[in-house]
Amino acid sequence: MEFQFQFDWQAAIQSIPFLLKGIPYTLLISFGGLAIGFLLGIIFGLLSINKRWFLRWPATAYIEVFRGTPILVQVLFIFYGLPDLVGGPIDPLTAGIAAIALNSGAYISEVVRGGVQSIDKGQTEAGLSLGLSRTQTFWSIVWPQAFRRMIPPLGNQAIVSIKDTSLFSVIGVGELVRQGQVYIANTFTAFEVYFVVAIMYLMITLSLSLILRLVERRGLTSV
Amino acid sequence: MSQIVKMQGMNKYFGKLHVLKDINLTVEAGEVVVIIGASGSGKSTLIRCVNGLEPFESGKLEVDGHPLAPKGGNQKSLAEIRKEVGMVFQQFNLFPHLTVKKNIMLAPMKVKNTPQVVANGTAERLLQRVGIADQANKYPSHLSGGQQQRVAIARALAMEPRLMLFDEPTSALDPEMIGEVLDVMRELAKEGMTMMVVTHEMGFAREVADRVIYIHEGQIVEEGKPEDVFDNPQNERTQSFLSRVLKH
Ligand SMILES: Nc1ncnc2c1ncn2[C@@H]1O[C@H](COP(=O)(O)OP(=O)(O)O)[C@@H](O)[C@H]1O
Ligand SMILES: [Mg+2]
Repeated sequence: MEFQFQFDWQAAIQSIPFLLKGIPYTLLISFGGLAIGFLLGIIFGLLSINKRWFLRWPATAYIEVFRGTPILVQVLFIFYGLPDLVGGPIDPLTAGIAAIALNSGAYISEVVRGGVQSIDKGQTEAGLSLGLSRTQTFWSIVWPQAFRRMIPPLGNQAIVSIKDTSLFSVIGVGELVRQGQVYIANTFTAFEVYFVVAIMYLMITLSLSLILRLVERRGLTSV
Repeated sequence: MSQIVKMQGMNKYFGKLHVLKDINLTVEAGEVVVIIGASGSGKSTLIRCVNGLEPFESGKLEVDGHPLAPKGGNQKSLAEIRKEVGMVFQQFNLFPHLTVKKNIMLAPMKVKNTPQVVANGTAERLLQRVGIADQANKYPSHLSGGQQQRVAIARALAMEPRLMLFDEPTSALDPEMIGEVLDVMRELAKEGMTMMVVTHEMGFAREVADRVIYIHEGQIVEEGKPEDVFDNPQNERTQSFLSRVLKH
């Protein structure tokens, strides 16, 4: 008996239009979540290096909790658990964006902390000695330099978060993987469809890598 | 003559380490005071106290009429003091993300709200003065060490300080670049700038200083005109320090 598997190009190509409908959701959840996550990362990252313990501790707690638990559990908690708390349903899209925001926010906090701490103390001293306030010194001297160093790890986090959205098929957001599952339920062409899904993720993440590399190269010329 | 710096019975600790011990020191307007001493004796800490980069534990400090309280006390005058005191660091500490000219324009624009055109003019004039007008639009990393340190001096001067602090400004430089930085400092002294200079350049100290102070383990153990301190040191610590550094 001979088992032969044939990759059905026809089936793969036919699935593309349906799968493409998932991409706006994947992108919206990824980049919507990352945008909020970036703000959270700046806020909690800076709080986590504050001298005052009552600012530092809550920030550290947030970071540890969201880095120390799986994002799948986080999104299930938000989607199925939180409605009990807030007394109303949360739609899957909001839950997905919130999960990416909170999760990436924790990692980005660490990126921000590392970036800021990597800037030589002499920079702050020079700013202060020129008469700039602590706030002015931070935002016009330390932050621009720290941000430049943060670009590669931020890009890394963006790629991780984009891939994380694939888990949100479990709460029924019509993102890429969910579209694939729905399509396969009717056509039984799992191999071809997941192959196409994988290529689509790869195209998104590769474009991002490319953009980041260009940004980085431009950033380097001025430092 | 007015006193720009007045320290009375100042003490400074790093944890248990008593770094400055009962410092009494005044610097008159227009005076150039050079501070010498072995590594770790407290020279940097002393001048960093003047602009509040280091807080101190006890004693009195007044900078250009503004009293600065010990740690925990009223620090309101600190902002005013820092506007009036410029500092030049051993490692230059230029802002690598800004061009040379922007390095110089930043503080006047942020701190004094100087209009950009005015700050720009000041920066160009100062770069001329330190001899690197042609480097204005480069980034600091493209300059030699000596040029970078001259930019750092220009940057401090842009705030029109009443006092300039120098913490070993030539120690990180290749030997052939030390001269160009000392020349700028010599000019500055000639023009009447009040200066406190930590340096190992004994030739410069002898020539430019109005007064030389020798610090040993956080204490001022000798103080006087350069010729007196260098040629006829009274304290045996000063004698042994000088015999070590002047030998080569
Ligand atoms: N931030 C700091 N924390 C703890 N100890 C310090 C710190 N800065 C300097 N010291 C110590 O204080 C003493 C004086 O240092 P410093 O003023 O830098 O000496 P100098 O400039 O004469 O070499 C040294 O023993 C040094 O190790
Ligand atoms: Mg020192």
